[in-house]
Amino acid sequence: MAQDTHTELTVWIGGAAGDGIASAGESFAKACSRSGYHVFAYNSYQSVIRGGHVCMHIRIGTHKVQTQGDELDYLIALNQDSLQRYGKRVVPGGAVFYNTDKFQATPDQAGRDVQLIGLPVMALAGNQLMQNTALIGALIQTLGLAPEATRELIRDRFAKKGEAVIKPNLEAFDKGMAYAKEHAKPGTIRIGAGDGKRRPLAGGNPMIGFGALAAGCRFYSAYPMTPASSLLHWLVGYAAKTGLLVKQCEDEISALNMAIGAAHVGVRAMTGTSGGGFALMTEAVGEAGMTETPVVIVEAMRGGPSTGLPTKTEQGDLFQLLGASQGEFPRVIMAPRTVQECYDMTLHAFNLAERYQCPVLIATDLYLAERLETFDGVNITKIPIDRGALIKQPEDGYRRFADTPTGVSPRALPGTPGAVSTTATDEHDEDGIVISDVFTNPPMRKKMMEKRMRKMDHLLKELPAPTLDGPADADLTLVGWGSTYQVMLEAMEVLKQEGLNTNVLCLRYLWPFQAAEVSRLLARCKMTMSVEGNYTGQLVRLIRMETGMAIQHHLRKYDGEPFEPKQVIDQARLLLKTRPKEPVVASVVSDEGLAPDFSPIESPALGAEVSRQR
Amino acid sequence: MAQVKDYIGKIKPDWCPGCGDFGVLNSLQRALAELDIAPHNVLVVSGIGCSSNLPGFIHSYGFHGLHGRSLPVASGAKLGNHALTVIATGGDGDGYGIGVGHFVHTCRRNIDMTYIVMDNQVYGLTTGQASPTTEKDIRTKSTPEGTIEVALNPVALALSCGATYVARGFSGDNLHLAQLMKGAIEHKGFALVDVFSPCVTYNKHNTYPWFRERVYKLEDRHHDPADFRLAMEKAFEWGAEIPIGLFYKVERSTYEDEEPALRSGIPLVRQPLERADLASIVEDFI
Repeated sequence: MAQDTHTELTVWIGGAAGDGIASAGESFAKACSRSGYHVFAYNSYQSVIRGGHVCMHIRIGTHKVQTQGDELDYLIALNQDSLQRYGKRVVPGGAVFYNTDKFQATPDQAGRDVQLIGLPVMALAGNQLMQNTALIGALIQTLGLAPEATRELIRDRFAKKGEAVIKPNLEAFDKGMAYAKEHAKPGTIRIGAGDGKRRPLAGGNPMIGFGALAAGCRFYSAYPMTPASSLLHWLVGYAAKTGLLVKQCEDEISALNMAIGAAHVGVRAMTGTSGGGFALMTEAVGEAGMTETPVVIVEAMRGGPSTGLPTKTEQGDLFQLLGASQGEFPRVIMAPRTVQECYDMTLHAFNLAERYQCPVLIATDLYLAERLETFDGVNITKIPIDRGALIKQPEDGYRRFADTPTGVSPRALPGTPGAVSTTATDEHDEDGIVISDVFTNPPMRKKMMEKRMRKMDHLLKELPAPTLDGPADADLTLVGWGSTYQVMLEAMEVLKQEGLNTNVLCLRYLWPFQAAEVSRLLARCKMTMSVEGNYTGQLVRLIRMETGMAIQHHLRKYDGEPFEPKQVIDQARLLLKTRPKEPVVASVVSDEGLAPDFSPIESPALGAEVSRQR
Repeated sequence: MAQVKDYIGKIKPDWCPGCGDFGVLNSLQRALAELDIAPHNVLVVSGIGCSSNLPGFIHSYGFHGLHGRSLPVASGAKLGNHALTVIATGGDGDGYGIGVGHFVHTCRRNIDMTYIVMDNQVYGLTTGQASPTTEKDIRTKSTPEGTIEVALNPVALALSCGATYVARGFSGDNLHLAQLMKGAIEHKGFALVDVFSPCVTYNKHNTYPWFRERVYKLEDRHHDPADFRLAMEKAFEWGAEIPIGLFYKVERSTYEDEEPALRSGIPLVRQPLERADLASIVEDFI
């Protein structure tokens, strides 16, 4: 088979938890991002420390790659299970890399025209711990990529451990390369040269953390919970350098209440969790609303309900975010769509929280929080810090909750002379004096309710308007929110090459809802299909609730894995070809992590076929 | 020099006439006046319950938060601005019932703040149900045949969880209580002052006379507050004689002492916002 130069290729690394897949995968991803390639990596893993099944998907391109993709060109199988699962999915011209000390592979286990490249790791490197490094060496050799970036990464990664660790790793890498050079044919699927740019590579969680640091966040409190824990870990890694105070708490109730305490005295404060932890925070979300405390809450969604799927992704918490806490109060819900937006919108979140003195909820999910993606560098001065109305020298008659035209009452922080007041979760008057106990005062209650809620009217006006990506006159509009953005963009591009005209409406500010703008955009759409990672179509219901407009067709996924581009493409194509009059509700499923004896390729139940209609 | 009147709030307490919480409020105002801490430098944080209304009745900054959550809010506030004198107040239901998880961990943390619990052994604001400190077999609205659970022991719990100042007062003796509070506020670390603060409406068992017959002051019996074992022994003394006073006091580094972000001594709120070297973080992503 002749060598074929592509604009992208995909590598999967499969094995068990404890095999070091995330770190091997990250090294390879980083070697590529430092070599002028665009990278997107997604790790599918289980809630277990040792064992189970883990597979990291790494897609690299000479252009921006929006998702983990659908293809499998090269597989590193760290155990037999991974070979059995994925061997036959490797495309012709691809290769499987494995350690012959662990198992033997036979051609019938892989697809047609797939090279089996088995490395005798012990004989080569003298140590099974070098397995991943040697296999990456063989991969780099077979792909024909320059080895310098990986060598540099090995030195960086083990810099603290010293030469004693760096040297054998470099040797194992070189021996892996040499072995492949001698015993294997060069890979026939090659990627074109990169552009030489060294691009930053990060996931949603670090970029939220980075945004928080840029925003002057000085207090982060949290209780560990996947997939928000990596935000805690990333931030604590920068605590010493930046002066951030990181507090691990006894539970999420404490985490949000501590953040509220810190915010109340004037510190920019944030907490982060997933759906279950956010459920515990619920009462304190209303506390922040009632006490008009600026606080930022990150909710990285995972599969629910209850403990659900701890290491899997889902967009199932939108209604929880909308409805969290009793009563009515101003809140903002934003859903960044890209790693870049995780940074920008976190900065915006802190500004909105302080300017409008209310809780701001940032909704992400495991797929966005834990992916690795290259981006073209953040503009670190784009959004200046805006602390809102803060009073250092109050005039006589200062009222903490003064009724103002915007509903925003200038804050005097505890410690300020001449502005002593109490802030209460009970209903209170403009001075903060509780009006709920002895004599409930209906006119005062009405006035204070309106004062608080008025903030939303002003806040709504300054949110960036939603926009359509792609041609305005598309035949089909894909509608979604948050992390499904890029899979929809990719689908749009692929369909365009087929001559099919689609565009994308992906919302990122979800509350207060931009009903006028969304209505205006939807009114122009010829046909619409929602793409949501949940069962009930929560965004679709929100849109209907706020605009009275229905999205016609629906594509949903609640199996724990992210949408695969092909799943969106196939369903969009089907709709464009059949133009169904009745609403089509389809759900799709991934075959990731199924039992080894399950043959995904032969199963008619899988893929993007419509499997559920109602 | 500050005076008690400087700490009197605009609002008159709405507690029942005779409520033990009046004595607690008066003692706290007296303690703050004697320590001469300006009202604007004091933040009183409470939860929900009769006693948690206290921040509204004292002239200082106040945060009247959620039921059971005064300690996390107070902790966050103290870590955010440790130049403030932070005092958490509340009742036994608030602190030892719904909020007991926070109490346990706050004792461990040793943040420099004071926690005053107006312990009336009953739920007052919800009209008389059993509380965590209600004694066994006591009949309440929710336990018409008597409580089945034994009472929680706040002093022993605080001691075992690592609190560094553990005291108990009685709101029938305000001068003594004010001195315990003064010691608690001055103490560098987490201080608990559990106060017998009788509920004259819903607790017909643990009344003022009931306590007067039983309480004695530890300092009158040559108690050594440095002796942990003795403090623990005294914590379990309950019957014909019940000790009040300072059970235990020890110096241990506070959370603020050891927290890297506060090593400069400058409160977080006064630290400049633009501290992170953003360009170097971008480099780390490469």
